Amino acid sequence: MGWLVSLLGSSVGKKWMMAVTGFAFLGFLAAHFAGNLTVFGGRESFNGYAQKLQSLGPILHLFRAGLIACALVHITTGLLLFLQNRRARPVGYQVAASAGGRTLSSRTMPYTGLLILAFVVFHLFHFTFVPPAPLTIFDRVAAAFRRPELVALYTAMMVVVALHVRHGFWSAFQTIGAHHPKYMPWIFALSLAAAFATAIGFGSLPILVAALV
Amino acid sequence: MSQTIRLTLKIWRQKGPADPGRFETVAVDGVSTDMSFLEMLDVVNEKRILEGGEPIAFDHDCREGICGSCGAVVNGRPHGHLRGTTLCQLHMRHFRDGDTIVIEPFRARAFPVIKDLVVDRSALDRLIQAGGYVSVNTGSAPEANTLPVPPDRAERAMDAAACIGCGACVAACPNASAMLFTSAKVSHLALLPQGRPEAARRVLAMVRAMDACGFGNCSNHRECEMTCPKEISIVHIARLNREALKAGFLSPEA
Repeated sequence: MGWLVSLLGSSVGKKWMMAVTGFAFLGFLAAHFAGNLTVFGGRESFNGYAQKLQSLGPILHLFRAGLIACALVHITTGLLLFLQNRRARPVGYQVAASAGGRTLSSRTMPYTGLLILAFVVFHLFHFTFVPPAPLTIFDRVAAAFRRPELVALYTAMMVVVALHVRHGFWSAFQTIGAHHPKYMPWIFALSLAAAFATAIGFGSLPILVAALV
Repeated sequence: MSQTIRLTLKIWRQKGPADPGRFETVAVDGVSTDMSFLEMLDVVNEKRILEGGEPIAFDHDCREGICGSCGAVVNGRPHGHLRGTTLCQLHMRHFRDGDTIVIEPFRARAFPVIKDLVVDRSALDRLIQAGGYVSVNTGSAPEANTLPVPPDRAERAMDAAACIGCGACVAACPNASAMLFTSAKVSHLALLPQGRPEAARRVLAMVRAMDACGFGNCSNHRECEMTCPKEISIVHIARLNREALKAGFLSPEA
């Protein structure tokens, strides 16, 4: 047991935990996106999807527990890494320059991460932890996206998530050692594709709901 | 055609480890564009010594880009802005007349400043002591063909072995992480049959030493590979991660 604690507590171990939990969130995003598409089927289709999810019972709770565990690990490890990294350079440079490695996405990871955390909490209280009646989930979503400020918030937040995905996706592969001359160009391309899919796929949804529903 | 240029240098001056330090502005005239960056500093220092001043301390040795001694942060870039070049091989023709150049020491908790631009990089030596070696019996060399090494593998090991241990990767990393340096050593030896017997112990010991030295963690910003004077790739960081996974979970080493 001691070996596992010291292994996961090491700098590379902490990064593995970030990568593995990050992969779990990418999987969740894909599933969430697929579920969201049912909103375009109309009231019955979307409410039906929500009811089906609820009817899963213990399976749903298992997935939720897994996601919460992943979130706890990702957030605490991420904060620990962030603080350790700041401590590793107590005196900074007079001139801040980049050799071209850093991207907007990579340099904002801790901040986009914290924004996403705040958004997820808001989103859960907004649409998940709500009574199923008298308003159905479809009514709630349709009502929410009739308010332009909520459309703007949700869409802007999806761009933030996309930025996080842009660096997180390929970074997770690199961290678990999956760097191969044959596949790395694909992983880089997929990373960008996943970011665009997040920004456009999720980000356009509030706008489309506002326009169509 | 050789020209001369006029420069304003803003140089970090620090009397010793305990001194808080400050920037000093130095106007330099008549800098030949054929000079290397360190030769330019030599000229500044010679003038200072003649005037009875304290010369600017900086590390240097071979001045041909292979020893890893030199290195300062020039306008925010370790070894200056030229790709794949050490500071001693950066020539003044890459600067323009009237430029202001800010010269700072490598900054990292693990690299305390000794004086001016000189930092203590012995943390890198501690990493080597932790595992950057192979244990072999002395005596006559074994017959070469007893250990076949495919040429492409030898080339990849050589790419990692090109590391001169200058520490620019740490200086360039936003997190002051030593992952490129450590991974170059781990990768170089893990790729060769001579390095395999100790591979698991090596990677775990070097990661532990890296953490104990107070370096930051790798965030895959890639500033290191863009800065490395030997252009060592982050492919080696991935190999370290892979070697550590294998060693940590599958080997009996702890």
